[in-house]
Amino acid sequence: MASKQRGIKKTTTILFVVTILMFGFGYAMVPLYDAFCQITGLNGKTQRVTEGAGEASPLIDREVRILFDSNVNGDLPWRLKPSLKSLKVQPGKFYDATYTVTNMADVPVVGQAIPSVSPQIASLYFKKSECFCFVNQVLEPGETKDMLVRFEVDQDLPKDVGALTLSYTFFRAKGDNS
Amino acid sequence: MSTVAHEHDHHHAPTGLKRWIFSTNHKDIGTLYLIFSLMMFFIGGAMAMIIRAELFQPGLQFVDPQFYNSMVTVHALIMIFGAVMPAGVGLANWMIPLMIGAPDMALPRMNNMSFWILPFGFALLISTLFMNGGGPAGGWTMYPPLVLQLGDAFPFLIFTVHILGVSSIMGAINIIATVFNMRAPGMTLMKMPLFVWTWVITAFLLIASLPVLAGAVTMLLTDKYFGTSFFNAAGGGDPVLFQHIFWFFGHPEVYILALPAFGIVSTIIPTFARKPLFGYASMVYATASIAILSFFVWAHHMFTVGMPIKGELFFMYATMLIAVPTGVKVFNWMATMWKGAMTFEAPMLFSIAFVILFTIGGFSGLMLGITPVDFQYHDTYFVVAHFHYVLLTGAVFSLMAAAYYWLPKWTGYMYDEKLAKIHFWLSTIAANVLFFPQHFLGLAGMPRRIPDYNIVFADFNMISSIGGFAYGISQLLFVYIVIKCALGGKKAKAQAWEGAKGLEWTVPSPAPFHTFETPPKLTKSMLEN
Repeated sequence: MASKQRGIKKTTTILFVVTILMFGFGYAMVPLYDAFCQITGLNGKTQRVTEGAGEASPLIDREVRILFDSNVNGDLPWRLKPSLKSLKVQPGKFYDATYTVTNMADVPVVGQAIPSVSPQIASLYFKKSECFCFVNQVLEPGETKDMLVRFEVDQDLPKDVGALTLSYTFFRAKGDNS
Repeated sequence: MSTVAHEHDHHHAPTGLKRWIFSTNHKDIGTLYLIFSLMMFFIGGAMAMIIRAELFQPGLQFVDPQFYNSMVTVHALIMIFGAVMPAGVGLANWMIPLMIGAPDMALPRMNNMSFWILPFGFALLISTLFMNGGGPAGGWTMYPPLVLQLGDAFPFLIFTVHILGVSSIMGAINIIATVFNMRAPGMTLMKMPLFVWTWVITAFLLIASLPVLAGAVTMLLTDKYFGTSFFNAAGGGDPVLFQHIFWFFGHPEVYILALPAFGIVSTIIPTFARKPLFGYASMVYATASIAILSFFVWAHHMFTVGMPIKGELFFMYATMLIAVPTGVKVFNWMATMWKGAMTFEAPMLFSIAFVILFTIGGFSGLMLGITPVDFQYHDTYFVVAHFHYVLLTGAVFSLMAAAYYWLPKWTGYMYDEKLAKIHFWLSTIAANVLFFPQHFLGLAGMPRRIPDYNIVFADFNMISSIGGFAYGISQLLFVYIVIKCALGGKKAKAQAWEGAKGLEWTVPSPAPFHTFETPPKLTKSMLEN
């Protein structure tokens, strides 16, 4: 009987520990997911580089078309438009593109742009040295602003990708209650 | 062998209401679970009736869309966490100690607690329907950002999920501790009845998956109130991450609902086919492999969310793989019936219907598991038809079968077989009228979770609603049969069914308050599976 009680105690203890570990595993899925996205390009997050940091390699003769897209999320009273619909670029060279944003509200609003590149695999080769999405954007009531993104497409972009879409969605920045 | 069950009626248990509130007796707690789940079945069922009434005709008739959506959401939560899971735990409580020759569950006080926090959990959930902003209406899957827009009900929803999770985890720990430590001498693991096996495996699934759900909803809570950004894109999070975490829990959850059903059917079919279960060992291994595979297929619920092609293929193939052990099970059930001396009492009828209808649900599940095809079916009524075939004509039918099968052991009386057969035929016909047309609706493109629909879907929806009302009403007959059986009738023998095997049939009917206080001596024939 005593050994039975000991067995029950042991089983129960182990199972409680497993329960707590699995609760932790739920949280561990957050960094795991981030790592997974970084490796595969899942969720289309773009890469950040410093211009001229890497060694420049000779340009190859190839053209990739970039399509620009914009969205505004939910209740954010902003208007966002790319100045160009599309642009032909040569991989390995830096280009500038601008987006025009307008605050339609009569109060200052803070927004945050989140980029996404499609097809997902291309997001691993889409590198930005400057972007309005690196920081929060504050717009005064009625203000219109041209915002810059400076990017290059890596020369290693898979051959079957002939065009890619760069999309920005503006969200209300966390902590902005206007 | 009835001498092994000494009748110790000199216990000093409290009587009346206190008996139930303070009970640590596995049979009392099992009864509480079963009655509770039956009540939840009717509350969830009433919500389904509201849904089907609204969908009887196109246009908005009875309820506004917000309330409709909260009916859809709360119906699911109640049926999953309130009806099917507690019914399974109730059966486990009642039957596992009897089946393995143990005097009670290993942790009787925790057993009491894991039951008694359930009513509070569901009181919280149902109270949200009366709150500012209405009840949860974003679907039982609680996807952000939609769920974060919920009004006052939001923290109550999260707390409800926590409570239900804690209750189920305690129940699961109890079951494993009981089975691993309290089996009668001679009952090795591979001699255990298959119902016990399926429950042990289910309990492991609960322990491995429910804490992950608890983590996911806690993240939702901190996202809403404490400024974290797990699922908030503006803060660097990703709403899709929630879907991954949720379905990492959600798919094992599907098998938490289904595996005990497999155990029930594997107990009942041999009884009424008067043959031992075909392929006992393969049944155990098939159950275990279904359980393990269930942790590697979650993303088939979210093929359309955007995934690399390799990911889609992996989850498609892994999903297909589950069909193999499931096929083994269906084959074994048929082989058990093959050339058996079959009789068709209500438990057997429900079990056979389970095998056929669950297989139909399995096939539509295979269709949904094929990635390119799923892009068309995703979030349509085809999905609704699929999971109701596996959960209603699957899990619920098996629970009905179990109730009829063990009612003589619980009450000491035989139920009214004639009425039970009527209940079976009404249920089976109505359930098919209810859900079969939904396949067609889904293939034609009718989306889920929308109170109104295009007029081209009108006929099938009306048929489906008629089936729904018929199914709902015929379940009242079940309640009548159970009450009638509890009050009296033909006395049940210790071995209520001629072909029944197992220790639970060696104790008198009704099973005395205390059983197997000294472990039973097992004979060879009792250990035949």
